[in-house]
This record gives sequence, C-alpha cells and structure tokens, in this order.
Amino acid sequence: MLRVTRSIHFSTSLRYWLPDLSEQENRKRFGQDADRHGHNYRLEITVEGEPDPDTGMVINLGQLKEVAEREIMARFDHKDLNNDTDYFIRIPPTPEHFASLIFELLDEALPEGLLDRVRLHQSRDLFVDVIRGGA
Amino acid sequence: MIYLTRRYNLAAAHVLSQPSFSPEENEEIFGKCANPGGHGHDYAFEVSVTGPIDTETGQIVAPGLLDEIFEEAVARRFSHRLLNDEEPFGSLVPTAENIARVCHDALAHGVENRSTARLAHIRVTETPRNFVEQGEIS
Repeated sequence: MLRVTRSIHFSTSLRYWLPDLSEQENRKRFGQDADRHGHNYRLEITVEGEPDPDTGMVINLGQLKEVAEREIMARFDHKDLNNDTDYFIRIPPTPEHFASLIFELLDEALPEGLLDRVRLHQSRDLFVDVIRGGA
Repeated sequence: MIYLTRRYNLAAAHVLSQPSFSPEENEEIFGKCANPGGHGHDYAFEVSVTGPIDTETGQIVAPGLLDEIFEEAVARRFSHRLLNDEEPFGSLVPTAENIARVCHDALAHGVENRSTARLAHIRVTETPRNFVEQGEIS
C-alpha cells in the first residue's frame, strides 16, 4: 500500500465560545482563545491504497483537489468557524475538534476507506493528526 | 486515533565520546563529533500526545500545559547546556538516539502525571540531515 498526500492552505477566524455558556463562563474556560482570532491553517490530506495498474495512481490528484475544494476550501477559507458554520455551537473549534470534523467530511466525500489521515497545522508549532483506525 | 503535536527548539552543546574509550578509539568511532572542545545543535522536538478529548475544553491537553511539561522535563535540564555535564549523559553518550530516549521517558512521565493524555511519539531533529523518532505514529 502507498500513501499519497496533498496539501491545501486556508485562513479562517474563530473563537472558543459556546452560546449556551455565559460570557464569564466562556472566558473562564477558554482564556484568551475566547477572543476572536484567526489562523493560517495548512492541511495535509493523505490517502492510502494500491496504484491503479493502468493509471499508476492511488487517486487522481485532480479528483482529490476537487473534493478538497468543495468540502474544505468552500466551507472554511476566509470564513468564520462560529458565524459561518453550524459545527461549533456545542463544541469549541479546537484543532482537535476541527481536524476530526475535516477527517469526517473528507472521508464521507472520498471513495470508501481511501482516506488514511489528515494533519491539520494550526501554526508553525502545533498540529493535529487524525489517523484511521485504532481507538 | 488523534494526536496533538507541539514543536519546540533547544540549543545545546555536546561531545560524542565514551569516557571508557581512549581518545583514539573515540575519534575512530565518532569522528569530528568527538572533538573534546565540543560542538552544538539547534535541536527541534516534535512532541505528540494522545488521549480523550476533554468534554469541557475540547482539548487532549492544553498547549500551555504541554509547554510547561516540556520546560520541566527537557528545556530546564538541557537548554544551553553542555549535555555531557548533565545527567544522565555523564556516562551515556549524548547521541541523538540517547537524547530522544531520555527526553521521551521524561516527557512520558510528565504527561502521565500532569494530564489525562499520554505521550505517543517524539521526533528529535538534530540537523537538517538527521532525526530520531520513538513512538507509535508511522
């Protein structure tokens, strides 16, 4: 089996803020992350499989780009995770939750079982991996 | 599986020599790394933890807490030091392999004691041409 990775970049604003909590509770729980801020995210999308004997490809990179464009870029690039999406009403947009969501969106859109992992870089010194399988 | 990774840098000096070997043997084995005057590197660490995502904070571990654990387990002991003067590198040659293993064990202990996460992996990059890894992320 081979792994193939494609990277994309997008910029997004966010804050850790749950509407069900008071302002005081949000600030106490999330500290400075409760203030609106933003990140230049870098996402590595890794698929795993055998290359097709005819095309020599695990996946057509054009197809992967199209899925990434539709599922990730259109939803999140130059958007606000709290105001422009419905995903972060009950959970804060931590890199753990955001990377897990991205894995689910891509896994749903790609041929079954092809997505192996995503690595979401939130900054130069922090990233989250979500890898298929295990607990 | 989900892993959170944080990157850190640490500048330190070392000499690769085994005190029980003769100077000639050390030079034979370690080459210019055995220079008794020492040399140094900007070590880059990638520290990866895994564990349940806290239902309140949405985090495996607060990045600030992981920073504190790294400071205590690694940076305070080894940053801007001649590693050979610091335990356990008096008798253990401070190769990238041994640095990775020593730091892995100290970090694993700190993460276990101070959070609900566990250390899953570390990568220690010594120069742009070599790094050492210990852990479960492949």
